[in-house]
This record gives sequence, structure tokens and C-alpha cells, in this order.
Amino acid sequence: MAFMKMTSPHTTRAGDTGDVMKQVILACVPGLITLSYFFGPGTLINVVMASITAIACEAAVLKLRNRPVGFFLKDYSAVVTGVLLGLALPPYCPWWIVVVGTASAIILAKHLYGGMGYNPFNPAMVGYVILLISFPVEMTQWAIPRTMLEDGQGPLGPWIALQHIFTGAGSIDAFTGATPLDVFKHNNSQLVEHLYNSEPIFATGRWAGAGWEWVNLAFLLGGVYLLYRKIFTWHTPVSMLATIFILSLAFYDGGSSHSGGSPYFHLLSGATMLGAFFIATDPVSSAVSTKGRLFYGAGIGILVYVIRVWGNYPDAVAFAVLLMNFAAPFIDYYTLPRTYGHDKARRATEKKD
Amino acid sequence: MTTSYSEITHNGLWKNNPALVQLLGLCPLLAVSGSVVNALGLGLATILVLVGSNIAVSLIRRTVSDAVRLPVFVMIIASFTTCTELLMKAYTFELYQILGIFIPLIVTNCAILGRADAFASKNNVPASAVDGFMMGMGFALVLVAVGAIREVLGHGTLFADMNLLLGPMAEHWKITLFDDYPGFLVAILPPGAFIVTGFLIAIKNLIDAEVEKREKAKKTTPVVKGSKRVRTTGTIS
Repeated sequence: MAFMKMTSPHTTRAGDTGDVMKQVILACVPGLITLSYFFGPGTLINVVMASITAIACEAAVLKLRNRPVGFFLKDYSAVVTGVLLGLALPPYCPWWIVVVGTASAIILAKHLYGGMGYNPFNPAMVGYVILLISFPVEMTQWAIPRTMLEDGQGPLGPWIALQHIFTGAGSIDAFTGATPLDVFKHNNSQLVEHLYNSEPIFATGRWAGAGWEWVNLAFLLGGVYLLYRKIFTWHTPVSMLATIFILSLAFYDGGSSHSGGSPYFHLLSGATMLGAFFIATDPVSSAVSTKGRLFYGAGIGILVYVIRVWGNYPDAVAFAVLLMNFAAPFIDYYTLPRTYGHDKARRATEKKD
Repeated sequence: MTTSYSEITHNGLWKNNPALVQLLGLCPLLAVSGSVVNALGLGLATILVLVGSNIAVSLIRRTVSDAVRLPVFVMIIASFTTCTELLMKAYTFELYQILGIFIPLIVTNCAILGRADAFASKNNVPASAVDGFMMGMGFALVLVAVGAIREVLGHGTLFADMNLLLGPMAEHWKITLFDDYPGFLVAILPPGAFIVTGFLIAIKNLIDAEVEKREKAKKTTPVVKGSKRVRTTGTIS
């Protein structure tokens, strides 16, 4: 067997934003498949609608701003925003929710701040939060996982789903219900063990609510793939997940009726894994230095846990990420890395004279 | 100082608009512009205070020493604000309750103190009165525009509850633009006010840039008819 000899340079061509974004979209696929498996075709429809809206808005605004349309569309950043927002929105929400959210994300959160690379906040999460505070009713109706469907009740067909999304026709009440985080939030008298046995969403699941645990594991898989491809460093997701783990362990208190929920529960429900690997790692709006990323991730973890357990909203990844986006420049200011050739990192607080 | 009335008007309504250019009085602008009726109510109150305070400040401009002028101005503005508050309490009580703290807070509206100090203390009474009215109008117009946009976006209606301000004749002015409108809450919340105001400022700047471009084009268009000399470089063909 001949020993392959390769000389440097080993990279065949310069990497570009488009490649990174395509990898991110690819890594979303397991999560998308799992969501569609458990909750029906709603998420897939959301993702498609959001991506199309994102591309249309991006093209329109670029045209208005006299920027090269083709060049910026080819970096796929608008598609990623659309895909992430589509994954985060509840399945079977009306079409205008998706359109309003994606348009706000691209126009308000991205292009009003200067477009790709200049947005201080994660566009998808801005769109999500605008929708959440504007349309609380539509945004808190999540579909029930297939394990909870009654005998003989098939999952919602794509045709009925589309009809409901575009015309509001047909009731899908039988297909919507509270998410595990909702159920847990409204528990104030039952022991965690009883809750897990009595509530069907926990009883038909394994660790953290039917469907959701697998969705989160699928996003974890996608995230690990992105780590393997070196799309981002491990610092933000690991520190975020570790913080959530430590906090939930500290406040578990053995599963009493005031328990904050087990570490399993917090790590595998809601948008934890999607947030940790796909939202918090956004290179534009997150902290830049490696030390800074540890603080940034930890901050998101703390906020997620605090808002979930003691706040008004069942899930908090969007709020936590936006709040830490505010703090990212501040974190970067105080975590300057050591410059090559210097013994110590320059401190932002040191006097300049 | 000799400023023509048309210039004062142009300044107040457009060029130096307190809300869009000076960005003064943003607190009431952002806080009470949730609907047309709130915006119009506060806008009228502000006009009243601004005209009154400008006239009063202009009347005493030669007797008040520079060192104590600001407290004196604030006292004058506060008196007019109290008058306005009592008037609103008497005639538009429900609106008074809705606007709440923002009526007394007219005192702290920087646009009013700014006009007193920058204009009324240096100009005669009629000019000051016109300036106060025009500045107030500029502010009120922006307030109503923001209010209208936020009401349409947030509730899908226009001119709802106008009877609180204008009496029974405005009872049926409410226009429902969309039936079964879900309500875009962000527009009603403070972020919506910031976004809408930002868009209005952008539109104003856009119009200004366009006007400037046209004027420049007008200036450069005169072409000299039949040039007298033809200068050529290189070969003549």
C-alpha cells in the first residue's frame, strides 16, 4: 500500500460563510426529522415557509439598500435564520405568524443594524420574541407528540395541516396540548414522581416528556456534528449546558412539589439543545474570546434556568440569548485574550498613560 | 433677531421638528402614543403649555437675570402645566385618567424648556407665540402619526374612543380596518414606539435627501448656450 504524501497547503480553498451556513442547515436535519416524526408535518411546513420568507425579505431589503443581492443570498445566512425560526415556532401556527416573525427577524433585527455581520442580536430569536410577546395565544399552542394520540387517532395529515395553517379551517384542538415545561410550570402540589406518572406527556415519555427528549437528543447530535466540523468552538454550548446541569442539580431538592426539575428534564426539554448548539453559537452576536464565550454560555444557562423555574414564561432560551447578546460586548471588553509576545493579557481596567 | 414667520413655521414643523430632529420629549412621545386619542390629547396639552410658556417667558425676558432664568422658566412651565391638567380634569376626565402621570410630566418635556431658553428668551412676544405654536404642532403631528400607526398595527382600528377627547360627536369615528385582527402587541408596547419613531425619522431623512438632490440638480442644470470656445486635446478629427 502506497503511503499518500501530501504537502501543504492542505486546505483546498478558502472557507466561506456559505459553507458554514450549509453545514448548520445540514446539522438541523436530524432535529427537523425528529420534530416531524413526533409532532407531524407542522414544523416542516414552518421551516419551508420561513426560509422562503427569509429569502424574499433578504432579497427585497438588499435591493433597497443597493447591495449585491446574489452575493449575499449565496451566504445562506438568511436561510439559516428562517430555518432556526421555523424550528422554534409551534407546529400548525397560522401562516401570518411565520411571515411576520421571519420578516421582523430579517428586516428589523438584521438589516436595520447593517446586515450580515453587524446585527448585535440573533435575528431568529428577535423574531421569536416579537411573536411571543405579540401573539401569546398562537405561540403557546404546541402540538402533542404522537405517543399521546388516542387509539385510532392518526397524526395530523399534511393536507389538513396546510388547510388549517392557511385558512384557519378545521379545529386541531385534539392535536394541541401543553409542553412538558408548561406542565411542570403549572405544577404546584404534586411530587415530581407523581407528576411523571399522572401527566400523559411524561408518562408516555422516558426522561423528560414524550417527543421532546428525542428532539433534544437529535439537536445534540447535530451540534456534535458541527463541533466535529469545527464550525464553532465547544466553549459556549458546554458552559451553557453545564450551568443548566449544575443549577438544576442544586435546586432539584429530591423531587418535591417545589422542585425545579431534574437535570435530565432541563437538558432534554424545550429548546435547550437547539439553543445551546444553534442559537447561542451564532458567531455574529455572541462573545468572541474563548474565555468570554465561557461566561457568555454560563450567563445564558443561568438565565434559562431562572426564567424557566421562577419566571413567567415556560421556556426562556430566546430571552436568555437576547439578554446575553446585550452583554456580549461587555464580556469581550473584560476578557481580552493575551496577545502573542506578551506575558499577560491586557486588562481592560488598567490605566492608559 | 429677525426671523420671519414662515421660517419659524418651517423650523417648527419640519426642519427643526422637536420629535424627529431634536429628539426632545421622547418620553411622552414613546409612552402615550399607543392610540390616536391619547396622542392627540397629549399633543394638544403640549401645544397649550408651549404657547403659554413661550409668551410668558418672552414677556419677562428683559427682567429676569441670566443666572436664575432656568428655575424661573421651569416655574412658568409648571404653572401652565398645572392649568392644563386642571382643564383636562374638568373637561376630559377619562382621557385625563388614561394619560395619568404624563400630563404633569409635560413640565419635564425638554422641548418646552428648550424653546423657552433658545427662542422665547431672545425674541418678541408674537414671534415667540408663533414659535411655541409651531413647535407644539410639529410635536403633536409626530405624536398623532406615531399614535395612528401604532393603533393600526396594534389594534387594527383607527380613531377609537375619540369621544373621550372630542365629546359625543366623535362617538362613531372608530374605523375598524381589519375584522378579527389578532392584535400585534409589540406595536402597543414601548419597543413598537421606538421602531415606529425610528421609521418616521428615516422617512424624514429620506425626503430631505431627495429634496436636496433635486435642488442640486436644479442648480447644475443651467447649460451655457452655444459655447464660445471649443477646447480640444489630442488630435482633431
